[in-house]
Amino acid sequence: MSIDIETARRVAKLARIAVPEDNLAELAEGLNGIVSFMEQLNEVDVDGIEPMTSVTPMALKRREDIVNDGDQQVAVLANAPDQREGFFAVPKVVE
Amino acid sequence: MSELSKLTIADARDKLAAREITSVELTQSCLDQIEGADALGAFVHKTPEIALDQAKAADVRIAAGDAAPMTGIPLGIKDLFCTKGVPSQAASGILEGFKPEYESTITGQLFDAGAVMLGKLNMDEFAMGSSNETSVYGNAVNPWRRGNEDTALTPGGSSGGSASAVAADLCLGATGTDTGGSIRQPAAFTGIVGLKPTYGRCSRWGVVAFASSLDQAGPMTKTVRDAAIMGAAMMGHDPKDSTSVDMPVPDFEAMLTGDIKGKVIGIPKEYRMDGMPEEIETIWAEGTAMLKDAGAEIRDISLPHTKYALPAYYVIAPAEASSNLARYDGVRFGHRATLAAGDGITEMYEKTRAEGFGPEVQRRVMVGTYVLSAGFYDAYYNRARKVRALIKRDFETVFNDGIDAILTPATPSSAFGLGEMADADPVKMYLNDVFTVTVNLAGLPGIAMPTGLDKTGLPMGLQLIGRPWEEGELLKTAYALENAAGFVDKAARWW
Repeated sequence: MSIDIETARRVAKLARIAVPEDNLAELAEGLNGIVSFMEQLNEVDVDGIEPMTSVTPMALKRREDIVNDGDQQVAVLANAPDQREGFFAVPKVVE
Repeated sequence: MSELSKLTIADARDKLAAREITSVELTQSCLDQIEGADALGAFVHKTPEIALDQAKAADVRIAAGDAAPMTGIPLGIKDLFCTKGVPSQAASGILEGFKPEYESTITGQLFDAGAVMLGKLNMDEFAMGSSNETSVYGNAVNPWRRGNEDTALTPGGSSGGSASAVAADLCLGATGTDTGGSIRQPAAFTGIVGLKPTYGRCSRWGVVAFASSLDQAGPMTKTVRDAAIMGAAMMGHDPKDSTSVDMPVPDFEAMLTGDIKGKVIGIPKEYRMDGMPEEIETIWAEGTAMLKDAGAEIRDISLPHTKYALPAYYVIAPAEASSNLARYDGVRFGHRATLAAGDGITEMYEKTRAEGFGPEVQRRVMVGTYVLSAGFYDAYYNRARKVRALIKRDFETVFNDGIDAILTPATPSSAFGLGEMADADPVKMYLNDVFTVTVNLAGLPGIAMPTGLDKTGLPMGLQLIGRPWEEGELLKTAYALENAAGFVDKAARWW
């Protein structure tokens, strides 16, 4: 499977990274190199093998379903690039 | 007192306890060394005021007879750890100006134990790299040089600043993190000890995430004993990390008896690679002989899926990274791009991430996006996770057959020159992790340590891989190897 310019454009869009049109060919080439390296995995017989989901099998801990944190508006907003009236501010989303 | 920064953690602890030195003297010695070592590019945010305040508090605590093993010990902290009120950028432009409102669990544990923070250490951006060349701060530099050459060498990566700082005696120890070898490869390149604990031993809370199923923090120190002391202070259960294990942390230092009689050490044939320098083969054989002389039984073993570890890793790690790094959107923290008239929220995301992420991070996020995208998820991501299960099974099989630890080279070469790989295929850089990445995929503990010098005078390291949760037994074996190897060389000061 080789990655063409159209695929590179789509991946950049999905990743929400602006890639100038002139750089798409180079990006496609770079991705192709890595993806062809991954193709080695096709040599492995994985019939009947379950995909690994947990590094160390263990039961997740449970706790009481109660509020145990909160009221930290100032701390939460402290690093925001833009904030207004106690909210994160972003460019207009809805017309 | 200028030599104090050269002390090991164990020696400093003993001298502090005996009241021969104070933490303030020890800390000042490190701060003086750091001031003269900007050429190493190791410390990227210096925190001398915090350090001296913590040192004074440590001296009070020691005087009151309330000292823990790490009380008063000056450390460097990798920039990946969130430290309250102190810049924590993961060496990325996208976290420019970010000052966490909270403390990572690990640094919190270290500071509660009385450790002193000298500052934040350089690294590859988001821990993605093997040479510390992807950092927004610029390169960290290896204190070691080839013979009389003045070529600047990489300290390895991603924990390159940590490795450089410890090797150059700017601090007594440093925190590192290891997703594919990022503690062990730089340790090997700089002649120090680096321990990656079992996945789940150290809390990941407050450590900027790269690939969550692989990331594990650990100590980078001058000796195996120091790794035992500092490692124990970093480990332990944390309710804030659901993958953190609730198991007691043993007294690792007490386990360093030097006696490894009867231990069975496996030598995996798949780690003998084509094109590996002969010197690496030689130190591996020498290390094997040392363990045998110390009373261990040596056994040839096979880990048949080793070859597929790197390609599996380079599917799984970027996939997890693309998900983890989705949070850098210019809304809640860090950098936001300046927008043009009419730009909406999508342009804000796309411009912010294009400006904030460096080329290697962008590449990995996009690789991860691709392997997780509709139509490719099964072909790449699920297949890689199946191969990962087989790699883990390889290790389980040899451990069930009675192997206690596995000895391998730590890296396929000694430190290379900064810039030497600039034009190379990214895959070539990835090969640095060929001996270390299996350990992350299987969640095992591993330790890298220096055992000799190559013909140009650079340190070379070996790796020991242990059974899950048996860091104590692993450290015991490493301690015996350290004693046998007797590695005491230091980089000649040029900075």
